[in-house]
Amino acid sequence: MNAQGYFSQILEILLALLLAPLLTGWINLWRAWLQNKSAPSLFQPYRKLHKLFHKELVLADHASSLYRATPYVVFGCMALACAIIPTLSTDLPLSPAADAIALVGLFALARVFISLAAMDVGTAFGTLGARREMLIGFLAEPALLMVLFSASLLSKSTSLTTIVDTLAHRDLAIYPSLAFAGVAFTMVSLAENARIPVDNPATHLELTMIHEALILEYSGRHLALLEWAASLKLFAYSCAGLALFFPWGIADALSPLALLLALPMLILKLALGGALLALLESVSAKMRIFRVPEFLATAFLLAVIGMLVNILLGV
Amino acid sequence: MPLDWILMLVLAWLLIGSAGVFALRRLTLVARLLFPAGALVGLFLFAAAAVALLETPQTRILPIGLPLLPFHFRLDSLAAFFLMIIGAASTGVSLFAAGYFRKGEGTPPGLLCLEYHAFLASMVLVVLADDAYAFMVMWETMALASFFLVIANHRLPEIRRAGYLYLLMAHIGAIGILLCFGVLQANTGDYTFANMRAQHLSPFWASLAFLLALFGFGAKAGLVPLHVWLPEAHPAAPSPVSALMSGIMLKTAIYGLLRVTFDLLHTPLWWWGVLLLGLGLLSALYGVVFAAVQVDMKRLLAYSSIENIGLMVAGIGLAALFSAYGMHPMAALALTAVLYHVASHAFFKSLLFVATGSVLHATRERSLGKLGGLIRFMPWVAWMTLIGALTSAGLPPLGGFVSEWLLLQSFLFTPGLPNAFLNMLVPVVAALIALVAALAGYTMVKFFGVIFLGQPREEKLSHAHDAGFWERLGMLWLVVGCVALGLFPVPAITLLDAVTRPLVGAGLGATVSGSQWLLIPVSLERASYGPVLFLLGVAISFALAFLLVRAFYHGRLRRAPPWDCGYPWQNARMQDTAEGFGQPIREIFAPFFRIKRILPTPFDAQPHYLVTVGDHLWHWLYLPVARLVERLARLIGLLQRGRIAIYLLYSFITLITVLMVVKR
Amino acid sequence: MSAFITQFINLLAAILLMLAFAMLSQRRILSLIYLYTLQGATLVAATAIVGYVTGQPHLYFSAAITLVLKVLVIPMLLHRVIDRLNVRWDVETLINIPTTMLIGIVLVMFSFYLAEPISQMSSTIARGTLGIALACVLLSFMMMITRSKAVPQVIGFLSMENGLFFAATAATYGMPMVVELGIALDVLVGILILGVFMFHIRERFDSLDIRHLEKLKED
Repeated sequence: MNAQGYFSQILEILLALLLAPLLTGWINLWRAWLQNKSAPSLFQPYRKLHKLFHKELVLADHASSLYRATPYVVFGCMALACAIIPTLSTDLPLSPAADAIALVGLFALARVFISLAAMDVGTAFGTLGARREMLIGFLAEPALLMVLFSASLLSKSTSLTTIVDTLAHRDLAIYPSLAFAGVAFTMVSLAENARIPVDNPATHLELTMIHEALILEYSGRHLALLEWAASLKLFAYSCAGLALFFPWGIADALSPLALLLALPMLILKLALGGALLALLESVSAKMRIFRVPEFLATAFLLAVIGMLVNILLGV
Repeated sequence: MPLDWILMLVLAWLLIGSAGVFALRRLTLVARLLFPAGALVGLFLFAAAAVALLETPQTRILPIGLPLLPFHFRLDSLAAFFLMIIGAASTGVSLFAAGYFRKGEGTPPGLLCLEYHAFLASMVLVVLADDAYAFMVMWETMALASFFLVIANHRLPEIRRAGYLYLLMAHIGAIGILLCFGVLQANTGDYTFANMRAQHLSPFWASLAFLLALFGFGAKAGLVPLHVWLPEAHPAAPSPVSALMSGIMLKTAIYGLLRVTFDLLHTPLWWWGVLLLGLGLLSALYGVVFAAVQVDMKRLLAYSSIENIGLMVAGIGLAALFSAYGMHPMAALALTAVLYHVASHAFFKSLLFVATGSVLHATRERSLGKLGGLIRFMPWVAWMTLIGALTSAGLPPLGGFVSEWLLLQSFLFTPGLPNAFLNMLVPVVAALIALVAALAGYTMVKFFGVIFLGQPREEKLSHAHDAGFWERLGMLWLVVGCVALGLFPVPAITLLDAVTRPLVGAGLGATVSGSQWLLIPVSLERASYGPVLFLLGVAISFALAFLLVRAFYHGRLRRAPPWDCGYPWQNARMQDTAEGFGQPIREIFAPFFRIKRILPTPFDAQPHYLVTVGDHLWHWLYLPVARLVERLARLIGLLQRGRIAIYLLYSFITLITVLMVVKR
Repeated sequence: MSAFITQFINLLAAILLMLAFAMLSQRRILSLIYLYTLQGATLVAATAIVGYVTGQPHLYFSAAITLVLKVLVIPMLLHRVIDRLNVRWDVETLINIPTTMLIGIVLVMFSFYLAEPISQMSSTIARGTLGIALACVLLSFMMMITRSKAVPQVIGFLSMENGLFFAATAATYGMPMVVELGIALDVLVGILILGVFMFHIRERFDSLDIRHLEKLKED
């Protein structure tokens, strides 16, 4: 605990809050390019947030206080998630508060709240969205936990900073289990962030929508917060993926110079990752909702096999 | 002398109970005086047990019972821990019960009061018992008292049926425990636990005793496949009784299992651990999958109890495994997780059960399909239930998460086991635990969402009233328990150190107490969790977001009908029902269920849809056994002839046979 | 250096295992052929690296054979077969992929359990790989059981041979050259015969669904 730690902690939170919409914009940009459409501006998500914050809030007649609290709770959860995942530095004062298991719990907490809020208004679409979200959640959550455990077994720790430290400073060793974990993680993050094979972030009025159905009744500042939280979630998942599978460049030493170097590295990695995500989304087709459990169960089992390989190969 | 105090408190409970008999039908007196007094006794019990936890074991011999068989009582740290749970949880439930019981059919309130307090007293004495005789007497008293409580509404035939099934299973289990004690005393004829502890059984006899104990206590705990009575008895009983049964009584079975496995039998064998682990995980998965498809709110909670018991037994299995290989600190970690879960489950399950009681009173509905939107009419109950549901779903920063976290941590230690085959099980087992936890979240969203959120599915629900003062007070106490266990794990685990040390020879106290705000079971590099920091993190982001949005933009708000994609003809029946919400689980886990469907055809004049979800085990295990018993009974029934001469002939033949045997 | 190479071979083994699981859960015939090609390529890399580490030149030779046979010739033959049979875009109905994968996990544990005493004795570079090789064989076998179309079954058979080949490379640094050549020839002849066989099934039943073979049973 020192000034440097607090500085990097605050820097990380601010960076996440500011960069998250940019990442969403970047992915949309690439998707439009890859699909031969004229792309929106990179800063479109900021404008959208600004617009939504300005708009009047329209609330359903019988919405309860749980419904009104949820956007703030979800936003709070995602902000904390971004704070504990090491993106720039592994010297974070908040990180001991939540390890890998608590991170999964944090995502689960947000999911439970948003599902309850969707049920609160009592429309057909809302409950449908809640059911589907929980369906995805109950398979994606253990899969994510297993991915993190694969990394935990390598570093003998569930603390995120220790995991990243160990993985970043290995002496050029290859861990076969991480290959499985990487595939599983990609599948889980597609599902968790409402991305194409599972859900389509750009559609409404469709019986297949999941995330949009959940936030259908929200408007104004509530919707803005939820959109921002969704961006933060994508950012958190991307950073977690980068930290687990491509941890090079994250600062651990107590020097401002390392932090300064870590920032462009992170942005570079995110830019590449975002473009890849857009590519992945463009080449795959939306899955039927009945296929989703199968997709996620496959991810879950892949992650389990990863852990198994880890133990069996004895590395 | 905490043991004397505790015995006095038990006496006080019995006196309160007997006082109820003198005020058999005077509801106000029973409810407003006797139940709160009982709650106060519970609070004292909690305090006395907390004092005893850190002291050396004490014993007492009371000359009650048969002339040459006095009752032995012993208060050690394990017993003290379970007494704390009984005291704390019963305080909340008794407070709630003060506002719960109404005038009506069935058992009069005074008698209920007697049964209720006798039930509590017998549970305390089960935990205190130090010889097989006292243990069995108290165990049976507990079963009987709870049986009478379950059939409080005995005018309904299905409740009588549920009560009968419960009594039957309780007795089959008791036979197992009795035989287990018979093996444990190793032909010395001395049935005190002290003697059993001194015996050193061969692996064969030790395993036999363990298996009998597992059977007996498993039947009480509702371990699959001995779980069938649980989803029947819990919904039948009045809600505070369900709360006691699920929150506390199931824990006495866990206590018994711990007592036999770790105390009376010294060191477990490794395959006991594997067996416990397997059975526990099976129960956990089975329970949670069934909970997800239930449409009756109390049955849902009963299945969720099976799940939680399963997790505890799996944790005990892990502790036994570690203990068998001499890895004491790991065993202590697993055991701490189990005990922590015992504590948090006692709170949240009691809370959820009493909440269903309030809903039942306000709406007279138990079926999830006819509830909905109650958060607007019963905000107190709704918000307190939300805390209970979140705890039950194992979400941070509440009590259920801490135990789950500790359990998963102890699984991550398993790769250190010296057996390669067991090491391979780690990923599978950890994956199952994670899956169960996530499914518990699904179940709790369904439970809370369908009851309290959405639009009321029936007209009459808008007349529902919030809970009264006593009910709120009882629930509030339980909520405080859930939250405190979630936010302050460090002091709680430091206390548990005293319990695990005698059982597995190690404790977490020393490592954990190093830091106040972070829970660090091994080392900071290895793992840490700070619930208070966690909560602060979310709360500060919450507050900042709220304030900044107000400061930079505005706080205007307009109410309007819900949008629902512009579809104007919406009504409450378009929401997902409980059945609809459980449908994905029913599809994915179809092999678990025995599903019967009646689907309407397009030509039905009065289309109607019915789905019943049955239990394979009931059909494959219980019905054949029942049929076998019936057939045997019919064979024996042939002896009945109705003529005195033939009965005399039976006696005569018996006499001759006995004489022949004696002669030889 | 050696540790790094061991890690690398382990990684290749893990990729083989992952490909076996992917084949188990893949519905499209075309993708199955691609997966098979990838498996062959991984095998080539593994054999060449083992050859480099142990300095046994005959492993280079067998890597070359594998490259020609399993990455070029057989996939090409398979492509021609599915073109001629007009099943290029066929999708198979598979029952419950998660259950199949769950059984697959049990098989992996079982094969490691079997391979454990052998890998304890062996002093070859990568101990755990034998278990993975065995698991690949069993998984391919299971893939053959779960399929009902002829072409995926043939691919299952071929990938089983891949698993055996990897086992030989990992455990004993490859079989003697004569045996290897013989097996290569066998596989080639085998696929030709199976190809002819498939055409005959098609002619007889107008479909490649081998469930029709049940009709051949005399009642």
